[in-house]
Amino acid sequence: MNGFIQALADEMSRLCQPAPATPPPADAPAGETPSAAAAEPPPPCQITDYGKRGFHLDVTVPPDRVVDAAHILDARGFGIDCVTGVDWIASGQMEVVYDYFHPTAPWRVVVRARIPRDRAEIQTVSHVFPGANWHERETHDFFDIRFIGHPDLSPFLLPEDSDFHPLRKDFTPLP
Amino acid sequence: MSVPPLELIKGPDETFILNLGPQHPATHGVLRIKLTMDGEYVTRAEPVPGYIHRMHEKMGENRTWNQFLPNTSRIDYLSAMAYTHAFVGVAERAAGIEVPPRAEYIRVITSELNRISSHLVWFGAFLLDLGGFTPLLYAFDDREKILDLLEGITGSRLTYCYYRFGGVCNDVDDAFLRGTKEFVAHMRPRMKLYRDLVTDNIILRKRLTDIGHISADMCRRYGATGPVIRGAGVAYDTRKVEPYSAYREFDFDIPVFPEADSMARYLVRMEEIVQSLRIIEQAVDRLPDGPFIAPKMPKVMKVPPGDYFYATEAARGRFAVRAVSDGKEIPYRLKLRAPSFSNLSLFEEASRGMMLPDALAMLGSLDLVIPDIDR
Repeated sequence: MNGFIQALADEMSRLCQPAPATPPPADAPAGETPSAAAAEPPPPCQITDYGKRGFHLDVTVPPDRVVDAAHILDARGFGIDCVTGVDWIASGQMEVVYDYFHPTAPWRVVVRARIPRDRAEIQTVSHVFPGANWHERETHDFFDIRFIGHPDLSPFLLPEDSDFHPLRKDFTPLP
Repeated sequence: MSVPPLELIKGPDETFILNLGPQHPATHGVLRIKLTMDGEYVTRAEPVPGYIHRMHEKMGENRTWNQFLPNTSRIDYLSAMAYTHAFVGVAERAAGIEVPPRAEYIRVITSELNRISSHLVWFGAFLLDLGGFTPLLYAFDDREKILDLLEGITGSRLTYCYYRFGGVCNDVDDAFLRGTKEFVAHMRPRMKLYRDLVTDNIILRKRLTDIGHISADMCRRYGATGPVIRGAGVAYDTRKVEPYSAYREFDFDIPVFPEADSMARYLVRMEEIVQSLRIIEQAVDRLPDGPFIAPKMPKVMKVPPGDYFYATEAARGRFAVRAVSDGKEIPYRLKLRAPSFSNLSLFEEASRGMMLPDALAMLGSLDLVIPDIDR
């Protein structure tokens, strides 16, 4: 049962940058919740305890490898669940989170990438998973993350003339 | 019926733009679809959502975990229970709260009743789209019984806020359990009536069969779930794949129809009502005694730092909450993954080259709730 996830973890960990101090511990103790603060980044590729976190594999890749990660998951039959962002304003970073599900097996994989907050750009995966198109457009609306290569990043859920990005933590509503 | 290839129906200057909605009855709410038409054929359909965008995700970032509870039932108002379930579930998973078995059983009963009422609204509205008025009256008659039952225990008829962290807010009473049993007994013959009245009707069959193909691979690439993917022959149901709450303890089947057409999605939902009745019957019969909410629940919910994911099977597909917590009383980030959003995103690809009335029938078979898309 776990062989599938282990094999996937091995393949995905090749995408992750070798961490400066320690190599990615693929067999990290399950259920270790990484601290939310950016001071101590979680291991790049980690098999997680589903019961505690709600997903099986948590992969942090460099921003230029998200498309490679999407190709690997596509080849293994995964589907896209959602794409979203998290604004880590304290560390000046934007996190882009991709959730993947498997339609014939109970696996759930999370791929994350961190990009600088003031120059939030990342490659689109909408040519691999067309479902990512809308999710990325919505993420651009809310976080001002530009998805390079995306066919249309015009406002989606926000009004068509909007130029604000409400889920950025420094957003202030109009007076 | 086969759809003519795109090259044949594409004329150089013959196309025109047709706005469907945002106030069109066939879109069930304020969805607008910009259709590029070539005569009666759709060459491009571009959904334009956002007309009732309320930014629930931002609201989640400026109120406490408890205060966000009522919001969850206003995302997909027809399937509110499953949405609240995902939200309380993510906090319970993160904080490691053990939910008493009685509460889990009550959640299953109310979620499944809510699923039936949601499918009944879809059933009535979908057939209304197709030009049949009578089934709506039958469906709403049955749905009324569910609303009365749920009103008795939750106090609301639509936007329930019944689940709490660690359980539910009121225990169920004997009147509810008796009424639920009566409803199950009442609903079974009604399903036969629906089959005789509607499902086996030759007009409906000809209108839906072999029309609106959505393949399993398309569902995967777009992330479509629920009756859409099950109508494409994939037995994917969060209740079985990632069993949550007490669903592991019940005996039920996942209806799957491999035809991948509008009729298959219709049949999946009708069969799901039967399966939900099975679950309700088992849960009412075996309802354990005990507390309906975990003891010593804190007044103010706090969640340990980290990010957590919790998915439930709502009436339209998988609803999931991704919560990021920094340990404070207010969530750092709440992502609401809505099923209708993904289910509609495939419409552009799936409707290409279809005739307009067939595309509308397919749109109805996706069972969209617009507040769910716009959030």
